[in-house]
Amino acid sequence: MSSQRLPTRAGELIDRSTSLSFTWNGRSFSGHEGDTIASALAAAGVEVFSRGMKYHRRRGILTADHWDPNLSVQVGDEPNVRAGSRRLVDGMQVSAQNAWPSLRWDLGTANQLVGRFLSAGFYYKTFMRPQFLWHNLYQRILRKFAPGGRVHWKTGTHGDYDKRYAHPDVLVAGGGPAGMAAALSAAEAGASVMLVEQEPELGGHLRWGGPDDLTVLADLREALYSTPGIEVLCDSIVTGRYDHNWVAVMQRSHPVVPERLIKARVGSLVVAPGLVERPYVFAGNDIPGVMLAGAVRRLINLWAVKPGSRAVVLSANAEGDAAVADLESAGVAVIAVLDARAGEDIVQVRGRGRVASVQTGDGRTLKADLLVTATGWSAPTSLLNMAGDRPVYDKVAARYFPQSLPDNVLATGGIEGDGSTAELAAHGRETGALAAQRALRLRHERRTQTARSVRPESTPPASVPDNRIPLRRSPHPECYRSTTHGLVDYSEDISSKDLIQAAGEGFDSIELMKRYTTVTMGPGQGKLETVNAAAVLAEVRALDLADIGTTVWRPPFSPVSLGALAGRIFEPVRRSALQDWHEANGATNLLAGQWVRPDHYGDPMAEATNVRENVGLIDVTPLGKLDLRGPDVANLLNLVYVNRWQKLEVGRVRYGAMVTEDGVVSDDGVTGRLADDHYLMTTTSSGAGAVWEMLEDWLQTYRPDWEVHVTPVTGGLTSINVAGPRSRDLLERLVEDVDLSADAFPYFSVRTGTVSGVQDCIIWRIGFTGELSYEIHVPSGYSLHVWESLVSSGSDLGVAPFGIEAQRILRLEKGHYIVGQDTDGLSKAPTAGLGGLVKLDKADTIGLPELRAAFERTDLPVLVGLQPDDPTIVPEEACQIVAAGSNEILGRVTSSRMSPTLERSICLAQVDPSLASAGTSVTVKLVDGRRITATVQEHHAHVDPEGARQRV
Amino acid sequence: MIVVPCPNCGPRNSSDLRNAGEVVARPDPATTSLTEWRSYLYLRENPAGWVTETWYCRSGCRRYFTIERNTSTNEIRESESS
Repeated sequence: MSSQRLPTRAGELIDRSTSLSFTWNGRSFSGHEGDTIASALAAAGVEVFSRGMKYHRRRGILTADHWDPNLSVQVGDEPNVRAGSRRLVDGMQVSAQNAWPSLRWDLGTANQLVGRFLSAGFYYKTFMRPQFLWHNLYQRILRKFAPGGRVHWKTGTHGDYDKRYAHPDVLVAGGGPAGMAAALSAAEAGASVMLVEQEPELGGHLRWGGPDDLTVLADLREALYSTPGIEVLCDSIVTGRYDHNWVAVMQRSHPVVPERLIKARVGSLVVAPGLVERPYVFAGNDIPGVMLAGAVRRLINLWAVKPGSRAVVLSANAEGDAAVADLESAGVAVIAVLDARAGEDIVQVRGRGRVASVQTGDGRTLKADLLVTATGWSAPTSLLNMAGDRPVYDKVAARYFPQSLPDNVLATGGIEGDGSTAELAAHGRETGALAAQRALRLRHERRTQTARSVRPESTPPASVPDNRIPLRRSPHPECYRSTTHGLVDYSEDISSKDLIQAAGEGFDSIELMKRYTTVTMGPGQGKLETVNAAAVLAEVRALDLADIGTTVWRPPFSPVSLGALAGRIFEPVRRSALQDWHEANGATNLLAGQWVRPDHYGDPMAEATNVRENVGLIDVTPLGKLDLRGPDVANLLNLVYVNRWQKLEVGRVRYGAMVTEDGVVSDDGVTGRLADDHYLMTTTSSGAGAVWEMLEDWLQTYRPDWEVHVTPVTGGLTSINVAGPRSRDLLERLVEDVDLSADAFPYFSVRTGTVSGVQDCIIWRIGFTGELSYEIHVPSGYSLHVWESLVSSGSDLGVAPFGIEAQRILRLEKGHYIVGQDTDGLSKAPTAGLGGLVKLDKADTIGLPELRAAFERTDLPVLVGLQPDDPTIVPEEACQIVAAGSNEILGRVTSSRMSPTLERSICLAQVDPSLASAGTSVTVKLVDGRRITATVQEHHAHVDPEGARQRV
Repeated sequence: MIVVPCPNCGPRNSSDLRNAGEVVARPDPATTSLTEWRSYLYLRENPAGWVTETWYCRSGCRRYFTIERNTSTNEIRESESS
């Protein structure tokens, strides 16, 4: 291998004063700043970059840009890097893909010998039988030959990916002459502009053009960077366009994060992606040394790389002619130029690992190491497809053009038509101005849609018609396939022969052919392949290309990394005001929904016992709390709870359960009446948000006549449950202005008072634990003081904090169910043990007809207390209750714990109604398969079913 | 992610809101039949075309409002009952 680097070129991107070292398949190489991985390797004389997916033939540079199907490489632990556009970085470790055991000696080449097995539809025909070989043999061997790079299972993240929201008036996709001009004129018209270019620098095809092109480019660039209101994002791709012009931009080369997904809500989208040069189909068109005209022009002019030494050029257009001039200026001997416009053609290329000879249409065989084709362009209409357009084929210009676009999507540049640089820029300018004008109208309209915004004084910009002078469509010969067969899809190794075979087997519509052969389904997603595939089909069916149609291009425009789609997760973590205290005092945390809370402080069984014997404190702040005010609160409560609320007196609290309109239990909690028009509602911790939204829904959409204000105060009030036989003794030491005696402050009452000097604390006497207990709601700013006072003044009473686990033990001993754990989507209120609570004689309550119906059902599962006959066995939660002699499922254990009070295992279970009566023996199938017996209890409560302990 | 105009907050990404579904009339629970109630619970028109639906401004002003949306094109217009 010898250096192919040319002397300095006028528009070269490389900085020759720099030297970057990297490795390629373990060998050391160097390149310059500005090189792509491919250009640095090509400059060093590397000709083979990968192997074909199926036949494992050697592959070299084809297009020398982002879409090059032969230049997917592995960089470090990142697979499928596009070496045609990825810029070289010092220290990169690059290796070839699709080659095993090595790029040089690839065993897969043997597949060429069995090519007939790998032809169209081979996925569906081969490896099907016998079935048992699939896992044992086929899968293991196929894995070895699977295309693409490798992700090691130990690969960590590549840092934090990020997301950003943007709201530019105009987003221009494509930074060529038309796109740059569009961005400029849009900004001059007063629009905010985002210009997105997939390559690391602006310019499009001007970059590899002649001196005039370079001058225009320099001028446009300078104007762009000196005009305010334009954000230029290079090395970034517009990957999709969705409804209401939400445009996804994948920003790479970000200084901090590896990639950033920009969610742009765009007034006008200007689509200016230019054109993608199309390969030509002929025998040997995948041999290294076959390149497109654009590829040699880029290699020579951008990276000063000599692409070969003896060239044959097949030219159907000015780009091919320019390539001839570039080749000659680079010292490449151009042996022959075949003019496709005059009917000249090539038939075949021969060579092993590099082009050696070219056979022309007129029968000559020319010795050459480089064949350059310039046979036309495909319009990358993906973004237009996503906006609903179905581009149409123009036979004269031999490519597709947009047909009809929504007002907020405009196209310009090569995708619209042909022209000189000046004409393209002029069309871009007109398009940018029109895009800006429409976007500013939309901006004005959206501002007036905001109720509280200051209405813009100005009148909306006038609507102007689309008076752009259309770009012309230059005639171009239809060059798709020579008289021989060659590859149509380089990524998927699909030849024109495969497509013809597929059509012969009946897959002769473009969509069916695509799926059957996988043509256009590789990493390039059809950018190079779609039109050639359609052309081959048109040939087989003797139809015009216009009548074949194309496959629909869907997002993403270019592959997107999963990390960027995931982005950062914005999940807030909620902490009670006491969480620092818990952590300083030995709490082991658990994450419950958004809340971090203490699971226990070391020994949950001892914590539970202390509540039964002395007094415990638990922080129950996550309990949902809603402050309800207004004259109609009682009506609201009557509607949303299954029980009755009209007669709740001031100073009393009541338990209530909620169901949804289908009668299924959705939440529960206690609500207390603090004053005539003032209530405090509590919900489950997990249901706090949903209950609030539900109340708002009913108040806003169903009973807007009711006067009720709902304010969520979950975090504003810190909730402390003081539970245990000595809780009253403890509180009497700290509560100043409330009589706590049993007569003055009975069970299920609420008082407002001063606790440890903190006024306006709400105290209610309820209990989830079954003990005498008080729940204190303290303004959160003072709650640490109250908590610490409770701890310090109760030391002689044995006060100790307890966590969620102890509370779960205590509530299970008491038989209190948890909505969502002991109930499920089939638990109608009567069957969850709430039959006594439900009042059916109300005029209206949520789910009333279903509640009525549920009382008549005798087949729904019933929630029961359950005790295993062997008191030492705690059945796992969710293990099934089965019939005695079979595995017929008759229920399941919903909650289970070892009870420290009873020193035996206890459960709640949902069982078939036939098993629900007390004393029934049931069979529980444990996770390990053992079957044990258990007995249904009379009550849900295992401890103190009469409630004597909490009523003292 | 479409743009939905909240009457208070103006046009917002639909991810800021929650679609609460087609507007359906709620039968009077006192007099309804179970059949009628269940069609209110489970049956929706789901047309390919204009539908009146409720949205909830869950990240903004917390208002429930109705709009008309064309499910084929996502075109949105004001609803008479918003």
